[in-house]
Amino acid sequence: MAKQSVRLGVDIGGTFTDVVLEVGNQTYSTKVLTTYIAPENAIIDGIQQVCTKANIQHSDINQIIHGTTLATNALIERRGAKTALITTEGFRDVIEMRTESRFEQYDLNLTLPDPLLPRQMRYTVPGRMDANGNELIPLTRADILPIVDEIATAGYQSVAIGLIHSYLNDTHEKLVRDVLAERVPDIMISLSSEVSPQMREYERFNTVVANAYIKPLMKSYLGRLEGRLQDEGINCSIFLMHSGGGIISIENAANFPVRLVESGPAGGAVFAANIAAKYGLDKVLSFDMGGTTAKICLIKNQTPKTSRVFEVARTYRFKKGSGMPISIPVIDMVEIGAGGGSLAHIDAMRQIRVGPESAGSEPGPACYGRGGARPAVTDADLILGRLDPNNFAGGSIKLYALLAENALKSELGDQLTMDATTSAFGLTEVVDENMANAARVHAVENGEDLSEYTMIAFGGAAPLHAGRLCEKLGVNRLLVPPGAGVGSAIGFLRAPFSFEANRSVYMTLKSFDPKKIKNILSNLKIEATAFVRNCDIVSPILAEFKVYMRYSGQGWEIPITLNENQAMNPNVTEFENRFIEDYTKLFGRPVEGMNIEITVWSVNATTPSENVSRVAEKINGETALIHCERNLFDPALAKFVNASVVLRDYMKSGSVTQGPSIITEDETTIIVPSSRNAIRQPDGCIDITRKI
Amino acid sequence: MTKKHSEVAYQVMWNRLISVVEEQAQALIRTAFSTSVREAGDLSAGAYDVNGQMLAQAVTGTPGHVNAMADAVSHFIRRIGPANIFEGDIYITNDPWEGTGHLHDITMVTPSFYVGKLVGFFACTAHIVDIGGRGFGADAASIYEEGLYIPIMKFANRGIVDDTLICIVRGNVREPDQLIGDMYALATCNEIGHRRLINMMEEFNLNNLEGIGTFILENSRRATLERIAALPRKSGVGEMTVDGFDTPIKLKVKVTVYEDRIVSDFTGSSQLDKKGINCPLVYTKAYACYALKVAIAPEIPNNAASLAPFEIKAPIDTIVNAVHPAPVALRHIIGHFVPDTVFNAFDKIVPGLVPAEGAGCLCNFQVSLRPRSDATAPNGARRSEVLTFNSGGSGARPNHDGLNATAFPSGVMTMPVEATEHAGPVIIWRKELRPDSGGAGKQRGGLGQYMEVGAREGHEFDIQAMFDRVNYPALGRHGGIAGASTIINQDDGSTMRGKGKQFVPHGRKVIMAFPGGGGYGNPKDRPAELIKRDLARGYISAKAAREIYGMKQDEINAVLSAVKSGNYTQ
Repeated sequence: MAKQSVRLGVDIGGTFTDVVLEVGNQTYSTKVLTTYIAPENAIIDGIQQVCTKANIQHSDINQIIHGTTLATNALIERRGAKTALITTEGFRDVIEMRTESRFEQYDLNLTLPDPLLPRQMRYTVPGRMDANGNELIPLTRADILPIVDEIATAGYQSVAIGLIHSYLNDTHEKLVRDVLAERVPDIMISLSSEVSPQMREYERFNTVVANAYIKPLMKSYLGRLEGRLQDEGINCSIFLMHSGGGIISIENAANFPVRLVESGPAGGAVFAANIAAKYGLDKVLSFDMGGTTAKICLIKNQTPKTSRVFEVARTYRFKKGSGMPISIPVIDMVEIGAGGGSLAHIDAMRQIRVGPESAGSEPGPACYGRGGARPAVTDADLILGRLDPNNFAGGSIKLYALLAENALKSELGDQLTMDATTSAFGLTEVVDENMANAARVHAVENGEDLSEYTMIAFGGAAPLHAGRLCEKLGVNRLLVPPGAGVGSAIGFLRAPFSFEANRSVYMTLKSFDPKKIKNILSNLKIEATAFVRNCDIVSPILAEFKVYMRYSGQGWEIPITLNENQAMNPNVTEFENRFIEDYTKLFGRPVEGMNIEITVWSVNATTPSENVSRVAEKINGETALIHCERNLFDPALAKFVNASVVLRDYMKSGSVTQGPSIITEDETTIIVPSSRNAIRQPDGCIDITRKI
Repeated sequence: MTKKHSEVAYQVMWNRLISVVEEQAQALIRTAFSTSVREAGDLSAGAYDVNGQMLAQAVTGTPGHVNAMADAVSHFIRRIGPANIFEGDIYITNDPWEGTGHLHDITMVTPSFYVGKLVGFFACTAHIVDIGGRGFGADAASIYEEGLYIPIMKFANRGIVDDTLICIVRGNVREPDQLIGDMYALATCNEIGHRRLINMMEEFNLNNLEGIGTFILENSRRATLERIAALPRKSGVGEMTVDGFDTPIKLKVKVTVYEDRIVSDFTGSSQLDKKGINCPLVYTKAYACYALKVAIAPEIPNNAASLAPFEIKAPIDTIVNAVHPAPVALRHIIGHFVPDTVFNAFDKIVPGLVPAEGAGCLCNFQVSLRPRSDATAPNGARRSEVLTFNSGGSGARPNHDGLNATAFPSGVMTMPVEATEHAGPVIIWRKELRPDSGGAGKQRGGLGQYMEVGAREGHEFDIQAMFDRVNYPALGRHGGIAGASTIINQDDGSTMRGKGKQFVPHGRKVIMAFPGGGGYGNPKDRPAELIKRDLARGYISAKAAREIYGMKQDEINAVLSAVKSGNYTQ
């Protein structure tokens, strides 16, 4: 067999480990149950399966791209290493005091999540930097030694070092590290000035603690994985997907495991971005809906939008503030508690509420017949004719309409004097509205108008709801790609090598210093490029420059993208114009006569994204073969309509089905509302557009 | 004509309206200049019908604003005059009695027009750092000294901003750029709410908000009345004494549950104070309502109907019903104690539901920094106003410990120390939990915190202290012990007062210990595991473990040595 590229994408999720093998243009995929105790076992098992399908040897694999939820789960389930924090005297409790506020003001019995490290595992040293990075109080080896001794005695595996204003001056953090490393050579050390050199001590300290906390676990897992793969005859290079939507080397991943936290969802966004490229779409909204949550992401110019901070492990109904902040480069996504398993109830105002509580897979929605008595989104979908009770998940799970009806009646209908159908209609309208609201808010926060966007939907439940979401959002076009069930793992294979380096340094436009700017950005470029070069020694590396600006006195910066020329030959007028332009777009009007400042500088080094060949799009064709007809409830019309059922596998390239229509396949069901038509594109995407 | 919508459609619209006001609040946070708004979230945003009835309010924000702002819009309609309301208008005030209780809160209201017709209003409020006068503090003897007063007036008339107003504001405040910036941020926030409302009206083919308004208010009223009807028809009296400025203040309330309303009568509370800690009735009402709502109807959203059954009475010219021209700048101090007072009464009506007393009012201070005057100041020394929000411990709950260093009843956040130190030449030397400050009990009160503040080299400053519970700590409930009191002095040991503007010379620091919450139930009933955990974490000292909780010395030693050897990891 001629030498061809054989690449493997592996995504370890909470329930399934998805493995996708790509041999040239052919793709083979499988899902195996995640093996928590030794996650590498599921990977080996999955590799076996896809290699057999593709009829290749293990040793034929050239490259593995891996993403995992293990780091996230370790944070959620508190299964990290015995970890200590060394911080500045007077600030021992920063990660415990959080923002000193209640994320839910109307709950007298609110409890706050425990910090990752309890108080006795947090140590302090003297020494202090000021807000300009100048030393106010020196720190000496003698100051540090007693703490190091205590840490040695207590037998910690990992230590986080987070000192006040270290994002401006890391000398003290480095000194602590050196003394610690001398005395306790085997201990793993994470510095806040390296993991997350950004202002705001709570976020920075929490991020470095999270990194230290999962580092031993991830290092050991990645080491074992490498060993197991070698035992299996796989000697290729292994790379890791990071939260920012790119890939990094296994060594960097082991040192900065906190960067892996959102790798799965990031893969999903890259998957959608790749579809966007195939269709030449510059404005895309990706919509991923599974069993428990829905994720929404804006993708402009085929690049997912990124952010500098996000929240992980929310403990209270997905509520903002109830988790822990992690400040690392991350694909900017909204996640809400809305999935097929989300449960509905009636609140005190007799309003239907859906989620975030989920029926999970056990007992599952009422219609699974496994003892679930409360109505879930899937129950409503069944009653409204969206699902075929005899052909759910390829016929592997039988659905019971009567059970769904009873659950809807008893939990919703009886209190609202509605029949089961109207209850189901109400339930799906509420959950669709929740998701639409999340998308609208996200778009407005980014100054975007969704009516210009195309939606790309994937994940088991998304194609059932995406059509209605498009109607609600005024989105004209919806693409449902094939392979949507393993979207993240496919996304890994499409991701570039990339690394984003950030630094907080204040500068006002009044004190604009082109030389200093060039210096900051050049250094960041060198830093970020080194990470990428470490993975790929041949490809050209592009640098993307971003500065975060605001009016002096504001607390919220907006990212301003610069090209290489603007970054390397900084011009104050250009910076000012770019800021005012973007600010006006976001907030309607500029503020006259205010100073402008730059707070954070960022360089993303990346290999060029692969050349994607455009799909030869079809716009019309023969009518798809109608398998049968079924009653389908159309929420926009608020009534049942007669819909044609079409089998996706039998839809020829270019064939068309007019809404109302139902396109079925093993992994999901695609609903085409009465207001839309669907066409199967040559690459297998179902392309759903508004009727003219 | 009003189109009849289905129940399902109304449910969707209500959801949408709540999302609209939430977005309005987020826009304010992202565009505001004052740290109090952008970092601390001291703000509020809401949507109103054409009569000024509040239909929806953002959950982002703080109860004092939330409930006070409910009444504000009807004042605007009356003052501006319905015939004088035009598309493109924006109204403004900081009237303590028609806004949210002091001159430091700017409220802005924007009429919302759809196809040339008035359909509703958007309002928002933000706490700004300076409004001139004596500065943010309790020192004034009347409202005239507390700063610039902006009566209800037009900030913009048919889209044209009033330059005269801007000029006057600029000329009267210490941080004009910041304040003008915040005024624009407030206007932007209403504008964003308006735009989203219009989108919704187009989508649902609405001409007005009557149908949806009725739906929201009727459902909310019914739900609230059901909760009230389920309570015993009883009265309870609650009292609490707090420091006040120069003389202690007594707060007294009689809470009576009727079939369809709850009346809180503050007769018997102290008279007006000479200093600016007096509270306008609107703010007292806001926090009395909050206390009752959080106890009996927490999930019912705030709107005109869900707030209406909570009535309040207080004699004029008392500390809880101050009228013009009484000084009211620090009205939050009394306001933040209202819930504890109401809880003291409500515990007699429904025992076992409400927490013990907590730190109550926020432990805020503002520093006014300037170049040192005792010697030549270095180049670059400057003037600056820095306000910080901090919290003591909350009261223990019937089944949970109090929250450590967490605001209650206020909903604001603290500012990051690193952000505060960028705001001016100030240094926060310490900000951490205060061991042994949580009142002992079966459930322990939340811990207070230590703070130390100084100035950068070359600066001296005035500190405006806004602390209470120096002489009257948070009391425990049902056998629980009081939390620790507030302490404030300078690093050379010289004492300072809990309230008022005080000078701090070059090179000195202010050392503060903020109060803990009261305990709930007898400390002897506290589970041994929790006492051990508290000792291991250093929430309590070995002495407290021994003397208050009755822990034996060998048990104490065992816990401390487990901590040393790294074996106590909880």
